[in-house]
Amino acid sequence: MEFPAGLRYTKEHEWIRIEGEQAYVGITDYAQQELGDVVYVELPEVDAAVRHMEPFGVVESVKAVSDLFSPVTGTVKQINDALFDRPELVNSDPYGQGWMLVVTLADPAQLDTLMTAEQYEAYLRQVKEA
Amino acid sequence: MAQQATVTLKRTPLYEAHRAAGAKLIEFGGWEMPVQYTGILEEHKAVRSAVGLFDISHMGEIEIKGPRALEVVQRLTTNDAAKLAVNQVQYAALCYPHGGIVDDLTVYRLGPEHFFFCVNAANIEKDSQWILQHAQGQAEISNISAQVAQLAVQGPHAQATLQAICDIQLDALPYYWAAHGYVQGVEALISRTGYTGEDGFELYCPASQGPELWTALLQAGQPHGIKPIGLGARDTLRLEMAYALYGNDITAETTPLQAGLGWIVKLQKGEFIGREALLQERATGVQRKLMGFELIDRGVARSHYGILAEGQRVGEVTSGTMSPSLNKAIGLGYIRAEYAKVGTEISIDIRGKLAQARVTRTPFYPSHVRKA
Repeated sequence: MEFPAGLRYTKEHEWIRIEGEQAYVGITDYAQQELGDVVYVELPEVDAAVRHMEPFGVVESVKAVSDLFSPVTGTVKQINDALFDRPELVNSDPYGQGWMLVVTLADPAQLDTLMTAEQYEAYLRQVKEA
Repeated sequence: MAQQATVTLKRTPLYEAHRAAGAKLIEFGGWEMPVQYTGILEEHKAVRSAVGLFDISHMGEIEIKGPRALEVVQRLTTNDAAKLAVNQVQYAALCYPHGGIVDDLTVYRLGPEHFFFCVNAANIEKDSQWILQHAQGQAEISNISAQVAQLAVQGPHAQATLQAICDIQLDALPYYWAAHGYVQGVEALISRTGYTGEDGFELYCPASQGPELWTALLQAGQPHGIKPIGLGARDTLRLEMAYALYGNDITAETTPLQAGLGWIVKLQKGEFIGREALLQERATGVQRKLMGFELIDRGVARSHYGILAEGQRVGEVTSGTMSPSLNKAIGLGYIRAEYAKVGTEISIDIRGKLAQARVTRTPFYPSHVRKA
């Protein structure tokens, strides 16, 4: 499994990647593996508000429905509508073509509450042992 | 992710084989079972286009023997077991006196007064008790579930796979018939039955020989692209066929008539448990029906979601998934009879949002079972 450095991670297994004033959001390689084949993604509308660690959408695999949590508070600038026709991109390329949102950050300091790749990997080891 | 409870889960004789194959294991009806090996979609497609191998040893086997075995089976089941020739198999239900379903099962007639029931894993204890109680000492009842391994080989290449290592002529075995044979040295009861809508077989053998049979079938199926299949794909395959799943689509609260299983209810065969209630329900008409539906809007319907029509709640989803073969969201649910007609526009309450759906004909995907 891969956890790119430079991204920040949540305990709910989302990642966020800062690009200038805005950020991409998606779910991690671990999350997509645990879910299995993703068959449906429900995303908010553009301009919707998202809040730090509150649900912004839903990802469904064949077997399960899971909430998606926003790593930060902000406003949705873009959604990845390619996922409506090709939800499997979440499995095949979770950090690339499987991205879900582009958001602007209301409070960049929130990033400090999120895990680095190293911290996230340590967290996963704990999750797996529990 | 669900927390593992402290109860000890039961394991089939194939448990080690599943772990070695890298299966993802989950709890199902008190058993630790493979939900997938490589991925549900890939496994589903392997069964529809080639062949798949399932460990279904969690299912139960209950034997009914003795001079009055047929009489006991007739009292317990809704279908007419007297119609069965030796080695023939029949789908049936066990009902409560009020018509609710104790379990659905396949009934095998192995001799004139020798039957065995293949029952759902989660119901083995309940069914054993029920059968024992209602046999009234008139037949010998044995729950042999722990001594039996059960495998299913399903898909268009199932026959070619099994025939390569089996000493009976499978071509001569019709749908819902069984025969004893040797499969690479393992003695097995083989029936042309299944839960996928594809041609295929279910095999019963001594539990200790389950791993041997599993390995032999995987090897025999290799030229045909065989894959081990988990419970995830087993569920999507059966749902595309609108086959009922006990605990979801049929329960103690639903009757076979409501579930569209009138074809296994033989009210004219004589007395059986539940007959009075079912006679009455047939006379007055069912209030609700288990129907198939497909979503028109995006989304996936899941068990327990509400079904609405004309702004009011008219039913509830019992099973739902994204169909891997059809690439659309399908489901089953009980709908009030007046809204249950094929073609009726309904909506599904998906977490507070209404999604348009339509009552549709089932099966959703055409059956490829080999009917005579």
